[in-house]
Amino acid sequence: MTMAEDIFFRMTEIDKIYPLEGEDVHALKKVSLSIDEGEYLSVLGPSGSGKSTLMNIIGCLDTPTSGEYILQGREVEDMDELELAELRNREIGFIFQNSQLLPRLTARKNVELPLVYAGVSPKERRERAEAMLERVGLADRMDHMPNQLSGGQQQRVAIARAMVGNPSILLADEPTGALNQKTGAQIMELFHELNDEKRTVIMITHDLKIASHARRVVHIIDGGISEGGLHDA
Amino acid sequence: MRKKFIMLRESVAMALDNIRNNKVRSFLTLLGIMIGVMAVITLITTVSGVSGTISSSFSSMGVGTLTVSVTGSDLKTGMTPEDLEVISALESVDGVSPTVNLGGRVSYGKNVQTGKTASGKNAYYFQANEDMIVQGRGLTFIDDDNSTYVCVISQDLVDEFFLGVNPIGETIYVSGLPFTIVGRYEEDSGGGVSSIFMGSADVIVPYTTAMKINNSDEVTSFTVYLKEGADSEAAASEIEDAMDKIFDYEDDCFTVASMESIEDTMKNMTTMLSSLLAGIASIALLVGGIGIMNMMLTTVTERTAEIGLKKALGAVPGQIQSQFLLESFLLSMIGGLLGVLFGLALSFILCQVLGTSFVFNGGAILLGVGFSAVVGIIFGWAPARKASRLNPIDALRAA
Repeated sequence: MTMAEDIFFRMTEIDKIYPLEGEDVHALKKVSLSIDEGEYLSVLGPSGSGKSTLMNIIGCLDTPTSGEYILQGREVEDMDELELAELRNREIGFIFQNSQLLPRLTARKNVELPLVYAGVSPKERRERAEAMLERVGLADRMDHMPNQLSGGQQQRVAIARAMVGNPSILLADEPTGALNQKTGAQIMELFHELNDEKRTVIMITHDLKIASHARRVVHIIDGGISEGGLHDA
Repeated sequence: MRKKFIMLRESVAMALDNIRNNKVRSFLTLLGIMIGVMAVITLITTVSGVSGTISSSFSSMGVGTLTVSVTGSDLKTGMTPEDLEVISALESVDGVSPTVNLGGRVSYGKNVQTGKTASGKNAYYFQANEDMIVQGRGLTFIDDDNSTYVCVISQDLVDEFFLGVNPIGETIYVSGLPFTIVGRYEEDSGGGVSSIFMGSADVIVPYTTAMKINNSDEVTSFTVYLKEGADSEAAASEIEDAMDKIFDYEDDCFTVASMESIEDTMKNMTTMLSSLLAGIASIALLVGGIGIMNMMLTTVTERTAEIGLKKALGAVPGQIQSQFLLESFLLSMIGGLLGVLFGLALSFILCQVLGTSFVFNGGAILLGVGFSAVVGIIFGWAPARKASRLNPIDALRAA
């Protein structure tokens, strides 16, 4: 058996139960999932399938009720709030459906935000944020406010923000959900490129077409997970 | 350490940014604190200015005199001129000036004035206050001994009866009796306060004459002028001993009050008054604090998504809390500093209007600023804590 320190990403028999009045909601049932560094994976499932719960646990926003979750050699399931915050800051790059930029900060300041919480000096923050914005093709939009950017550009800023801390995983939740088809395709193209640069991407979606961009697809239905090709869906 | 510093600087910047981005709301909120601090500063500064002026006017006039009022016993209701001689002869006493109030009105020809006061004094009074006569003469011992019908009148009365006319030698009527004017006097400029306590009059006649008119041979109120350098407490007890003897050791026949003791009472009163007013003003601060809390709670609700996002990006609860706490602290401090500024300006103007001296009161400023800092922290605490405890998943969903 591999030592925990060497494991990049492994979930073993994860259960998540939400205690509710009357009956408990069993959101995840014995979910096991291993991911290698550099993979491009999509989690495909309809709404109510436990997709969001899985994302929250992968993203260290929540801890499982039982089971084992190892990320970058660290066991997540027993962590407290402070450790989870640190792990999110270092290892996870979130990309949300509606880019979730702070409206009163410029594109660059938005990208700098994770580095603020990592305690990086202002000068270094600025340099790294600028490099990331250049990478996503927004070199000429750095000092724009979010409302001066198009939906696709906003999502690019969000991707730059997700990558700026150099996390282990880019975790995208319906990243093209709020975009038109053409812009969505450009964002998917960007994910491909980032994956080609050896970044690990996990994409949560209900959209088969979007999921099909990933090199590996897992299905989640009713809290259970199954590996599979696209033809199953 | 370095990381903490970076975070703090970032939090201050964010807090200021948020205050700036909600200009109107922030201003209205800090207005409460501003008014509270302004009230505290203005009240303390103004009251201490007024009491400073009162006590300086007291010490300018009151040192070296004692005021005796006599209630008397059943057998003896007041002091006779002979009794006053006894007091005058005491070792520490320079002289005694009785005050005998006259009722009735004052008239000159057809001009009748009812609101004027006339009182009887003696020659010694004019010796002790030799600067007050500006024209003619004061009363003399001859006037006292012979109960003459002469009077000395105030500048006020001259202005009313004798505008442009020389009053000396004219005759006015007091209580229906004719008096010849022999002098005119003017009170010094600080007389406003002293007149209240010294009992100034518009017409001064010989006290013996006044007693005759009142059909009495006793005096119930007099001022004792002490010899230079005499200790007023020792003098007071010397006078009390003599008075006890005069009143045959009956209790509660008289009171001896020094200006110092009156001044002390006044000081205590103003201190009490200023702390009372400051207490009332701090209620305004409390209300201001509630205003801040209200705004911060609204802000936290509005920015739930932002809080969720920041947590997702790695912000720990402490960082969220300190950001919001800083915001309310800075808001309150800005209000406090504006309050100090406006409070100083307002009390400066008030001191000019009241004619008292403006004293820069560092303690009041410290109190105002300290108070607003404390208010900002106390009333910002609960909202900031609420923000820091938001579950990032729920908070993100709010977007």
